[in-house]
Amino acid sequence: MATLSEKVLTKSARNSKTEQNGSGAEVEDTGATSTTSTTGATRPVRPAAPSTPVLSVRDIRISDQAAGQEIVHGVNFTLTPGRSVGIVGESGSGKTLTCRATLGILPAHFEVTGGSIEIDGQDISGLSSAQWTALRGATISAVFQDPASYLNPSIRVGAQIAEVLKVKKGLKRREARRQAIDLLHAVHLRDPELVYSQYTYELSGGMLQRVLIAAAIAADPRILIADEATTALDVTVQAEILDLLADLRERTGLALVLVSHDLAVVAQLCDEVLVMRQGEVVEQGPTHEVLHNPQHEYTRLLIAEHEQYGLDKFLGTDAVEPAKTDALDTADAVKEDA
Amino acid sequence: MSTDRPASQPAEPTQPVLNVADLEVHYGHRRRRRQVLNRVSLSIAPGETVGIIGETGSGKSTLARAVLGLVRASAGSIVIDGEEVGSYGHRQWRALRRRGVIQYVFQDPLRSLDPDVTVEASLAEPLLIQGVSRQEAAARVRAFLDRVRLSPELLDRLPGELSGGQRQRVAVARALVTEPRLVILDEPVSALDSANRVQILQILKELRADGVALVFISHDLGSVAGVADRIAVLYQGELVEVGATGDVINQPQHPYTRLLVRSAPTLHSAAADRAEREALRALLHA
Repeated sequence: MATLSEKVLTKSARNSKTEQNGSGAEVEDTGATSTTSTTGATRPVRPAAPSTPVLSVRDIRISDQAAGQEIVHGVNFTLTPGRSVGIVGESGSGKTLTCRATLGILPAHFEVTGGSIEIDGQDISGLSSAQWTALRGATISAVFQDPASYLNPSIRVGAQIAEVLKVKKGLKRREARRQAIDLLHAVHLRDPELVYSQYTYELSGGMLQRVLIAAAIAADPRILIADEATTALDVTVQAEILDLLADLRERTGLALVLVSHDLAVVAQLCDEVLVMRQGEVVEQGPTHEVLHNPQHEYTRLLIAEHEQYGLDKFLGTDAVEPAKTDALDTADAVKEDA
Repeated sequence: MSTDRPASQPAEPTQPVLNVADLEVHYGHRRRRRQVLNRVSLSIAPGETVGIIGETGSGKSTLARAVLGLVRASAGSIVIDGEEVGSYGHRQWRALRRRGVIQYVFQDPLRSLDPDVTVEASLAEPLLIQGVSRQEAAARVRAFLDRVRLSPELLDRLPGELSGGQRQRVAVARALVTEPRLVILDEPVSALDSANRVQILQILKELRADGVALVFISHDLGSVAGVADRIAVLYQGELVEVGATGDVINQPQHPYTRLLVRSAPTLHSAAADRAEREALRALLHA
C-alpha cells in the first residue's frame, strides 16, 4: 500500500493538477473517489463510502474537572477516508476542545467524561502516552491557527520537517532532507530548497502554514485536523491553503476535520457540517442541506452574516434561501440567550 | 493602472470630507528606501462609506496612518474637511484632532483602550478635550450608549471586564461620540465572531444616517461589502481599482480584484472557482 507522502510526491512529481484516470489503485486504496466538478452547479458526488471510518466520535462529553462542569455536551460524527467534516462555532463553543480530545491533548484538568473516540478502529480511552506518540503524526495529525508558535524560531524550518521523518519513519539524514524538500514542493511552496534552509522570521504567515501542513502530513496520517488554520491569514492566502487541503484530500484520500468560526470556510470544503454553540451541537447535516434549510437560529445568523454583509449579498441568489430573520434581531436573541 | 468608474454617489457640489491626491509614502533611508504608497488618489464624500481592501503589506494601514498624520507623506496632498494637512506640524495636528473632525477605530480595542480607565471616562474624554462641560459630556455619553447597544451598567467597568464585542462597541462609541465627519476603521470586525461582527456592522450602518463618512480598511472584501458604497482596492502600494461595491464584486477589472472576489469565502463557492483562482495566482505571480 502506497503511503500518503508517496502518493503526494508521485503525484506532484507527475505535476498533474487534476485527478488522473490512471490512479485506480489509489482510489481503491482510499475507498473514495472525488469527482472534480467543473460545472460548479453540482456538488462533488462520491460513492456511498464503502470504507470503514478512520475516525468516529460518539457522543463525546468533556468536563472541566476544576470547575466541576461539563463543557462539551455530546458530539457525534464519523469520518471515512477522503471525506471532510466541518465544525463551526464561536469561541468557547467547544469546537477546539473536541479536536483536542481527538488528539489526546486536552488541557490540564479537562477530561473526557462520556462517549468514545475511535481512531482507525482503535478506542483511544485507554491509550498509554507511548501509544499516543505512535498514533499522533502517523495516523492523526493537526495544524492550528498560529503557525509560527509551533515552529522553533532558531532552527531552519526544513530541519524541523526532516525531524518528523527521522523520528516517525526512521529515515537517515540525507533521505529525510530529500523527502522534506519533496513535501515542501507538495504544499506548493515555490522554491522548496530555499524554504528548507530558511528560518520562521523569513517566511510569511501563509508560507509558515504550508510548512506546518508539510510537517503534519510528513508521516502519512490518515486524518488531518485543521483548527482555525486559516483564520489569521489574508483571504487570498486563506483560499490558497483551503485549495491545498482540498487538493491533498483528492490526491491522497486524507480525511479532514476543519474547524472555523466562519460557516463559509467550512462550506467550501466539507461534506458535513456541525454547528456548535456553548458545547452543544445545535445543527448537523450535509453541508448543502444546512445551507439551504438551516433549522437553528444560530445557523441562520451565520448565514445571514454572509447574505446581508458579505459578498453573497451581491452574488447569485440561486443557491441559498434568504434567512427569514433579521440578522440583528437574531444577533440580539442569540446574545440574550447567552 | 487605475480603473476609475463613476462613483455611486450623486454628483453634488459638496466638498469632499477627505481628498487624497497623488500620495506617496516611503519608508527607510537611502539604499533601504522603499516606496509603500505610489500616487494614491482617493476622494471621500460626506456621509459616504468606502472600503479600502488590500493584502498584508499592500499599504492600506500606511494610507490610514498618513491620513491621520502618524506617517509623513513624501509627496502628494491630503485635504481633510477643506484643510491641507500635508505640511501640518505636531501642534496643528493636535489642534485638528482635538476638534474631533476625524476619528479612528483600530482592530484590537484592548490595545487602544486604556486598561485603567473606566468605560465612562474613556467615552467622555474626547468630549472633555473638545471643551464640553463635564455634565454635558456625561449626558452625551449616556445618550450615545443606546446607539451602540451598550447597557449603562457597563459604564463603571474597565476594558478588561468587557467581552470582545462590548469592547469594540466602546471603541466605536468613543470614535463617534464627538460626531466626527470622518472615521477611519482599521480591520474593526476582523477579530470578532459572527454575532458581534453583524452587530458592529449594523451599528455602523445606522450611524451613517448622521452623515459621518466611514473609511473601512480590511483584507477581506467580504467583511465590508455589506456596508460600503464604494470599494477601493490597494495592491502593492497602488490603488488598482475604485468603484461602486456591486460593480467591483460583479465585474472586477484588475486580476488582483478578481482573485479577491474569488477568494472571499461565500456560501456560493463553486468548484470552478478553484481553477480560476489558480489561473489568477499564476497571472499575478508571473
